[in-house]
Amino acid sequence: MAGERILVGKVGLDGHDRGVKVVARILRDAGYEVIYTGLFQTPATIASAALDEDVDLVGLSMLSGAHLTLAPLVVQELRARGCTAPVVVGGIIPEPHKARLLAAGVAAVLTPGAPADEVERVIREVLDAAR
Amino acid sequence: MVTPREQWQQAFDASPTRDADFHTMSGVPLAPVYGPAEGEHPGVYPFTRGPYASMYRSKLWTMRMFAGFGTADDTNRRFKEIIRSGGDGLSTAFDMPTLLGLDSDDEMSLGEVGRCGVAIDTLADMEDLYAGIDLGAITTSMTINSPAAPILAMFVAQAEKAGTPRARLGGTLQNDILKEYQAQKEFVFPPRQSMRLVRDTIRFTAAEMPRWHSISISGYHIREAGSTAAEELAFTLANGFAYVELAMAAGLPIDTFAPRLSFFFNAHIDFFEEIAKYRAARRIWARWLRERYGAVAERSLQLRFHTQTAGVSLTAQQPEVNIVRTAIEALAGVLGGTQSLHTNSMDEAMALPTEASARLALRTQQVIAYETNVAHVADPLGGSWFVESLTDEMERQAEEIFAHLEELGGGSLLEGCIKGIEDNWFQGRIADSAFELERKMNRGERIVVGVNRFTDGNDSVGMDLLEITNADEQRQLQRLGAVRADRSQAGVDAVLARLATEAADPEVNLMPCLVDAANAYVSLGEIMRTLGGVFGRYVEVPVI
Repeated sequence: MAGERILVGKVGLDGHDRGVKVVARILRDAGYEVIYTGLFQTPATIASAALDEDVDLVGLSMLSGAHLTLAPLVVQELRARGCTAPVVVGGIIPEPHKARLLAAGVAAVLTPGAPADEVERVIREVLDAAR
Repeated sequence: MVTPREQWQQAFDASPTRDADFHTMSGVPLAPVYGPAEGEHPGVYPFTRGPYASMYRSKLWTMRMFAGFGTADDTNRRFKEIIRSGGDGLSTAFDMPTLLGLDSDDEMSLGEVGRCGVAIDTLADMEDLYAGIDLGAITTSMTINSPAAPILAMFVAQAEKAGTPRARLGGTLQNDILKEYQAQKEFVFPPRQSMRLVRDTIRFTAAEMPRWHSISISGYHIREAGSTAAEELAFTLANGFAYVELAMAAGLPIDTFAPRLSFFFNAHIDFFEEIAKYRAARRIWARWLRERYGAVAERSLQLRFHTQTAGVSLTAQQPEVNIVRTAIEALAGVLGGTQSLHTNSMDEAMALPTEASARLALRTQQVIAYETNVAHVADPLGGSWFVESLTDEMERQAEEIFAHLEELGGGSLLEGCIKGIEDNWFQGRIADSAFELERKMNRGERIVVGVNRFTDGNDSVGMDLLEITNADEQRQLQRLGAVRADRSQAGVDAVLARLATEAADPEVNLMPCLVDAANAYVSLGEIMRTLGGVFGRYVEVPVI
């Protein structure tokens, strides 16, 4: 995984940043290079940051209920710019919404309480599958 | 010399007693409080054991359930259901665009309208929100911070249109901007400009709204963001001292506004530590207000607080277990002497609560209030060697943090808190504590049932969740369009021009102009953009 780069971001108006910061540290400790966008990003700013930073994966933290609207837009913005990095969504995601996110091109969904080893495993699997 | 016991007795005798049978189930009569005559007593300085002598013997805590979703109409119906079910205070959750002062048709609002709370764009929404509810008879809490001043103005305007004068309005505005930069992160303007709006609301409510709590100084979000109990306690009280210094610097005598400050704490799952935290909070506040800030009025010294059970303790796995967690956390709040309480619903790790799960959460409080008899005796854990020692330890850790902030601020807690924000000191400590707790969970040192132990049953079928559809967003956009079409644009332009002029003069209180703006159906986004043109915007430099 040496050199693999992950962008973690907060899109929309959601200010809950505990989870994203904890996940950023977990991934950094696991050996990834982690870039955190900070709060209040749009799908377009996430996509351009992903391109600028040449990342291998984009992680979105979403706890305000806007995931069904915003996560697919992030995927679209990335693909429109020719970025193939897979997108993983973590946060308060009701079970029935998972399939809809996956159908919209999200690679994996993590929910509250996901332990660090599960986060690491899912990210690893998504990265391996994207090769 | 009058003993604390005698002081307590005098205050207790002057207090009303509610209609209840103050015996155990087996008939043992219960005294209102236990302890030696020279020891601490509730209602007696330093109030460690409770702000009032009679505590729940006079009045149970207010069962204040937080609600808000969709349009104002939807939330109005939920409010009426809460009142019908025996809830006796309203607590309003606003959606993300409202919390950030954006209109529903702002491009940043896409997908967020009505999701996490109710969408309020103009006075028209505020009118729908409280339609048919007697605001002179029930107290209302509004969880709003960056746009607290314009939202208060809309609230006052709608109440007065409905016939309740501002002086009769009872309730609480969260209005705690410092913890937004530290933890909750719903900020708009830079800290100093935001503090000017806080000062204006303190002045306005002190002069015109005697039943209103101008700020609810909130540790809840600090804890949810990952702090320890002692950090929650210390950061919150330090913010409280900062607001006191702010109002005193504006020339307000302390006893004119301190009685209207209230607090909001988390009730997490570490039962005794939480109780010790509440006890320490009351003692520290009383001592600092009297000794450092010269308060004399008893109500200035009495820390009163709202409690909410810990959202962050809820799990998506086996969500029914959340009912048990919430009950234990709620009990800690009650044994710690809270004045009001919100209990979370079991489905909140996945979505906003359904009506049925919110009712069950309220029932949890009712079991504690009416079946367990725990409310019969004030501070029942006072005098426990363990709880007293833990109370002292909370106080000691908090004092260490105050000393650090005081040094940072060159002797001023107000400057120390602002500097601590600008230097990312609070944010860094909270992130460190959150990560440390996460590591303990991952190493199995901290067990969470259904997450890292006892996971059988995690695959059981899901429960029905509240769905908020994009139809709510569409309805809200139409509503806002209709209001814009219907109002006098000349009136809007005039009041916004006046707002910009007044905002540029830091001596002016903006509240009267904001009430006029509300009455002209100026939208929240228009108000906040105008203020932003003068105040600028805050951009956080994130740390991980």
